[in-house]
Amino acid sequence: MGSRYFLKLIFRNALRQRLRAALTLVGLVIAVMAFGLLQTIVQAWYAGADGASVNRLVTRNAISLVFPLPLNYRDKIRQTEGVSAVSYASWFGGVYITEKNFFPQFAVEPISYFSLYPEYRIEESQMREFLHDRHGAVIGRRVADVYGLKVGDVMPLRGTIYPGTWNFVIRAIYDGAQPSTDTSQFFFHWEYLNETVKKTIPRRANQIGVYVIGLRDASSGAVVAQRIDRGFENSLAETLTETEKAFQLGFVSMTEAIVVAIRIVSFLVIFIILAVMANTMAMTARERVAEYATFKALGFGPRFVMSLIAGESLLLSLLGGAIGIALTYPLAREFGLAMGTLFKSFTVSSETIGLQAGISLLLGVVAAIVPAIRAAQGSIVDGLRHMG
Amino acid sequence: MKSPAIEIRQLVKSYQRGGESVPVLRHLDLDIAAGDFVALMGPSGSGKSTLLNLIAGIDKPDSGKLLVSGVDIAQLSEHALAHWRAQNVGFIFQFYNLMPVLTAFENVELPLLLTPLSASERREHVLTALQMVGLQDRMRHYPGELSGGQQQRVAIARAIITDPRIVVADEPTGDLDRSAADDILHLLTRLNKELGKTIVMVTHDPHAASFASHIQQLEKGLLVHAIPTH
Repeated sequence: MGSRYFLKLIFRNALRQRLRAALTLVGLVIAVMAFGLLQTIVQAWYAGADGASVNRLVTRNAISLVFPLPLNYRDKIRQTEGVSAVSYASWFGGVYITEKNFFPQFAVEPISYFSLYPEYRIEESQMREFLHDRHGAVIGRRVADVYGLKVGDVMPLRGTIYPGTWNFVIRAIYDGAQPSTDTSQFFFHWEYLNETVKKTIPRRANQIGVYVIGLRDASSGAVVAQRIDRGFENSLAETLTETEKAFQLGFVSMTEAIVVAIRIVSFLVIFIILAVMANTMAMTARERVAEYATFKALGFGPRFVMSLIAGESLLLSLLGGAIGIALTYPLAREFGLAMGTLFKSFTVSSETIGLQAGISLLLGVVAAIVPAIRAAQGSIVDGLRHMG
Repeated sequence: MKSPAIEIRQLVKSYQRGGESVPVLRHLDLDIAAGDFVALMGPSGSGKSTLLNLIAGIDKPDSGKLLVSGVDIAQLSEHALAHWRAQNVGFIFQFYNLMPVLTAFENVELPLLLTPLSASERREHVLTALQMVGLQDRMRHYPGELSGGQQQRVAIARAIITDPRIVVADEPTGDLDRSAADDILHLLTRLNKELGKTIVMVTHDPHAASFASHIQQLEKGLLVHAIPTH
């Protein structure tokens, strides 16, 4: 049969029960869109770990991340074989206007820190301004976009770990080298934090949260980590050094159950729409038993009948999938904006699009299997009786 | 006597109903000559539709010989039988069995899609067939836009489009009023007389049967007598 004729038949058949086709299509669009959004949430959850560099290690207190490390470890770490650079950061944990506006804030030693993170792109002039202003801050593009901030704006943070209201002047906004680069962070001078702490809580002065270590050779991470930790064995604050990825995954694992639940829900959505789609195709095939029998009586083979059903099913599922994929982008954008800076990056990945397309295809095939086999195997005589 | 187009010997067919075998055709013998127009009549359950289905190759006998144009179709595989049907049998059904999403032209064209004819050749054939049934001006209409009689004429055009040797008609006038039924029966007579088609028609209607050249009466799966009508 000519492919043009065949396609015409499939298109017209698909539009025969317009309300049913439209409702199935709407269901498919919503399911594919919901699946895409949930997958994007899962990926956003892992975004920090995925964006981690293999060239960096993170050293923290071996007991727990909440315990600090002394600043004077820096020189010893720098001298460790395999280490190319050392910087450090302290978690600030401030509140911007309200607790809902969450984004990570770190006090860092700026020169060494930003040289370890070349993926944070900062204009040279802005960087100079930041380095010269002890109350200056660098914010990520996402923070700037979500809260409508620009260079020169004053940004007050209410300290939770370090009491008081801290007023920062935004001196630079960084962009990510990759779309997946985390641009939802806030950095300011560790010196500013330390001097304030010296006055208010002297016992917490000269302490840092984590050391960030640059490696000479990315493949030597495990060995260098061992060397660093061995250097601080039996000290007052023993260290735990791990790759940046392992460090980030440590945070994700705390919320693993939520991620698993989201994954399960995303596949449940697909399973439900599969049942709806399979029912639609079964009803369609049942109504057309006499037509399929007529085709077979005229000399068309069982494969032709199967391909008619499969074609219609695929047309619906792929059309629904395509619309669902197209609508995932604006939905994810709006959702990302509504979530503020909760997620480091919230973009629909090509992997998600591939999954959505693959699932749409699979839905079309699976929904057609049973009705197609039944129609192909059904007797012509029995099928023709359905008309009369 | 002309050479038989259909030669049936000791044909047996039964159906399974509720775990029981119900015989429908019992060692039936029948010859239908090429170019004949035969009406199969009989009460419900006499086996006339079953016999028609077997002759058309859409059902298989339990035993016996079923030669159509010299081919024992009972021995053909499903695939070969489908191919044979496409080349040798034209179907006319009581409820027309047209594809509702296809126009009259496309419905008639359907069997030609199994042939190697080009699109322009197919068009030429379809227009000729539609002209013959008097529906050339309705070729762009969908079945739902045509009367019952017109739909049956489209079905007749579809049945003859591949120039089959045999045309089987199952109650072709059963769903039509008298006037439309007469039109269809006259058309079948023309197919038989002018184009030499062998026609086997199942009917309950003695008036419809009177258009045939022979009437074969069935009862309980056996032929009881043959009546020449002319």
